[in-house]
Amino acid sequence: MGMTITEKILCRHTGLDELHPGMLINAKVDIALGNDVTAPLAIEEFRKAGGKKVFDEDKVVLIPDHFTPNKDINSAAQCKIMRDFAREQEITHYYEVGEVGVEHALLPEKGIVLPGDLVIGADSHTCTYGALGAFATGVGSTDLAAAMLTGEAWFKVPETIKFVLSGSLNPWVSGKDLILYIIGQIGVDGALYRAMEFTGETVASLTMADRFTIANMAIEAGGKNGIFAPDDITEAYVQPRAKRPYTVYASDADASYAQVMEIDVGRIEPQVAFPHLPSNTRGISEVGHVPIDQVVIGSCTNGRIEDLRTAAAVLKGRRADPRVRLIVIPATQEVYRAAMKEGLFDIFLDAHAAVSTPTCGPCLGGHMGILAAGERAVATTNRNFVGRMGHPRSEVYLSNPAVAAASAVLGRIAGPDELT
Amino acid sequence: MKFQGKVWKFGDNIDTDAIIPARYLNTFDPQALAAHCMEDADPDFPRKVRPGDIIVAGENFGCGSSREHAPIAIKAAGISCVIAKSFARIFYRNAFNMGLPIFESPELYDRIAEGRSVTVDGDSGVILMEGAEASPLSIEPIPPFMQELIADGGLMQHLARKSRG
Repeated sequence: MGMTITEKILCRHTGLDELHPGMLINAKVDIALGNDVTAPLAIEEFRKAGGKKVFDEDKVVLIPDHFTPNKDINSAAQCKIMRDFAREQEITHYYEVGEVGVEHALLPEKGIVLPGDLVIGADSHTCTYGALGAFATGVGSTDLAAAMLTGEAWFKVPETIKFVLSGSLNPWVSGKDLILYIIGQIGVDGALYRAMEFTGETVASLTMADRFTIANMAIEAGGKNGIFAPDDITEAYVQPRAKRPYTVYASDADASYAQVMEIDVGRIEPQVAFPHLPSNTRGISEVGHVPIDQVVIGSCTNGRIEDLRTAAAVLKGRRADPRVRLIVIPATQEVYRAAMKEGLFDIFLDAHAAVSTPTCGPCLGGHMGILAAGERAVATTNRNFVGRMGHPRSEVYLSNPAVAAASAVLGRIAGPDELT
Repeated sequence: MKFQGKVWKFGDNIDTDAIIPARYLNTFDPQALAAHCMEDADPDFPRKVRPGDIIVAGENFGCGSSREHAPIAIKAAGISCVIAKSFARIFYRNAFNMGLPIFESPELYDRIAEGRSVTVDGDSGVILMEGAEASPLSIEPIPPFMQELIADGGLMQHLARKSRG
């Protein structure tokens, strides 16, 4: 019996010859990740268990990105716990403000995660790295603490749902729209406990940015991981960044799947997820008149340079509606510098956008753009739960960067085709 | 391990932002988190909940973020256990790792009214609803190793105790 790419990666990290869905396994991890919200708890747990030294200072990655630059005294204290620990443990991959970026954009960019890796992260969007052909999944702080101590984690081998994408993308349709469409089809628990494997002829035309966005939101369908088999596009991204060997896996032709879904992407228009679930999607043509107060372009979902280029293409020569606060947050310093060099900041500033240093910030209602009661935002982020970006009576609409930019200009949710 | 308490009902897809909004994640002090537990789903919940009470919910409870602050907040608010139709996978792991007992029951949610009392027997795998007319519901019992882990207060305390012998 053949194995899926997810099963192969898990298998390779256990020492077993084969495995199958439902098995409980103990696996070695290549990377264990924490951030300023989750790592302090993990560090406390690590010490409680008598931990003195992490299993490998190159493989424990600590990223202060959520409430940084420190938004208040409590968050400063949390960052300090992590910083002190990183120094004490001589953690290789700890990045301070000024060098740090949003974790799931930063780790691939720095070549810290590579194809074939097994990654756990105390952050639900850790599944992003599946875009590289890695098995990556979110866990809690205690699982992270145990992995920091032992270099291992336990898993239940997931069943896989295969998504076969065919056809060509319509104008202004991106990875964000594909994943929102899929979540709209299967629901926020449609892939609960399962792997989501993305295949089909369309994949060859998806950029790495598109793939990161798609894998990133696997968790919004309840998925354990999202994954793409590496191809030439992956290799072109990974090769200049990799500082260690890596292994490329692909699913066997006779691998078994819990479910196969065929999706003709040619039928998909830009998608908008209405409050308060990512599955509450509509095509842009069915949105109706929805006035907005704020637009956020950024996050681990859509804060990469390709996303900023798309937003800039829409915003060039235009201004945000005076009633709209437009906030642009490059996900990493590399993205920030590229956007600056390419002249995108001029376009954003001319459009009256506030351009921020990298941070998760408003995506999780942390800082840098919190909403008041009754306010509405269009965001390129990943969640629109009640209170996600601020007051429990505020609303978040999820979209791609082109729709977000066009909405900023028109002061209501709109696609770029509506701009004159 | 047995639990008896008053039921608080929540619907499907109760996410971790509803359980503990991210704006309060600048601390991991359990009592500080408990003061805002379920606040975005029911603003009065932190004041109304009493030690031993039980949360009963629909599908996909705990979806969203990986924050362990969610089961910590629920546990510190005094909730003795959570019974849902299904749980999101990260929350499922986190709850046990934090020593918060949780049970999957596809039936309970549709058969119990808020404010009623239930008795949960995690050893034999049975839920008894208040009132003699209702027949017991069966649930997956909590195996002995997991009961030990819960009694110790969570995974790390459990490991620490075991390493001390």
